[in-house]
Amino acid sequence: MKFAVQVLEAPYNNQASDTAYHFIKAALDKGHTIVRVFFYHNGVVNANNSAEPPNDDRNIYKRWTELGKEKGIDIVACIAASKRRGIKEGQIVEGTRISGLGQLADMTIEADRLITFG
Amino acid sequence: MMDEEMEVNENVKKVMFVMRKAPHGSIYSYEGLETVLITAAYEQDMTMVFVGDGVFALVKGQDTTDIGIKGFIKTYGALEHYDVEKIYVDRVSMEERGLTPDDFAIDVEVKEAEEIAALMEEQHATIPY
Amino acid sequence: MLHMVNKSPFSNSALEEAARIASKGSPILLIEDGVYAARAGTSFAPKLADILKDHPVYVLTPDLKARAVDKLVEGVEQVDYSGFVDLVEKDKVHSWV
Repeated sequence: MKFAVQVLEAPYNNQASDTAYHFIKAALDKGHTIVRVFFYHNGVVNANNSAEPPNDDRNIYKRWTELGKEKGIDIVACIAASKRRGIKEGQIVEGTRISGLGQLADMTIEADRLITFG
Repeated sequence: MMDEEMEVNENVKKVMFVMRKAPHGSIYSYEGLETVLITAAYEQDMTMVFVGDGVFALVKGQDTTDIGIKGFIKTYGALEHYDVEKIYVDRVSMEERGLTPDDFAIDVEVKEAEEIAALMEEQHATIPY
Repeated sequence: MLHMVNKSPFSNSALEEAARIASKGSPILLIEDGVYAARAGTSFAPKLADILKDHPVYVLTPDLKARAVDKLVEGVEQVDYSGFVDLVEKDKVHSWV
């Protein structure tokens, strides 16, 4: 089945990014497809590459790189929400990209299931 | 041209936006509305339903001048130009907050919980803001 | 439709709104801080028992463990992340964030 995932909150501040990651891993393990992950609201902070989380905790940014680069999942931060919060092209987490809200509409239409973590 | 239009129509999906956040105190309601406007360009069968504090976003007379935040109550009035015409308010949420349909800046249809539930079940996708 | 709630019922009305609007028989999944709603012996527990009359209620086990919620209201079922995916595969999902 084709899943689309929306993340609405910033990493670490809320558990949304963690739950989304565990959900995506479990879905991939079961042979499902992730059409796209879309970051909106403060969720765009997930794409901020200048963050340096402490070494004794999980690195949420690296998880997105793992899913985006190694697993080939399309991971998009909303451009309008990113601009508001200082997330810029060229300064984003490897394996993610910045694009418009149309990417959310597209994945909503294409996927069998849209699931939002906020 | 005809063929292209046919193809688009076949792909029309029901998408519902469930608005549950009050305006101004957080950006959810404002950015949520931006998503509705963009999604409208995709010519899907769209519905907006206001539940819980979401109903406060529609109240007329909002003046954000003194808090220095850009108000967006007027944007709801523009929704019909985007062909977003199914705009519903949950009756219990409205009444709990001491509101009546006359308090809203736009015409809305008040729905019972069971009607909203039935609408939700029909959707291809529901998006919470 | 699966209704997913991630907020504590002691600080947020999400679960009560979800349960009020969800059609009878549709499942509710509690995740993150939402799992506190399933704890036995709280002031919310009788409300969850009422919700259980109309809806199957699931809780995400990793979130229970993380919060030391070890006594559950009777009738609540546990799922892991794999079971979570199965629930979403079975039904469309709305997230009451």
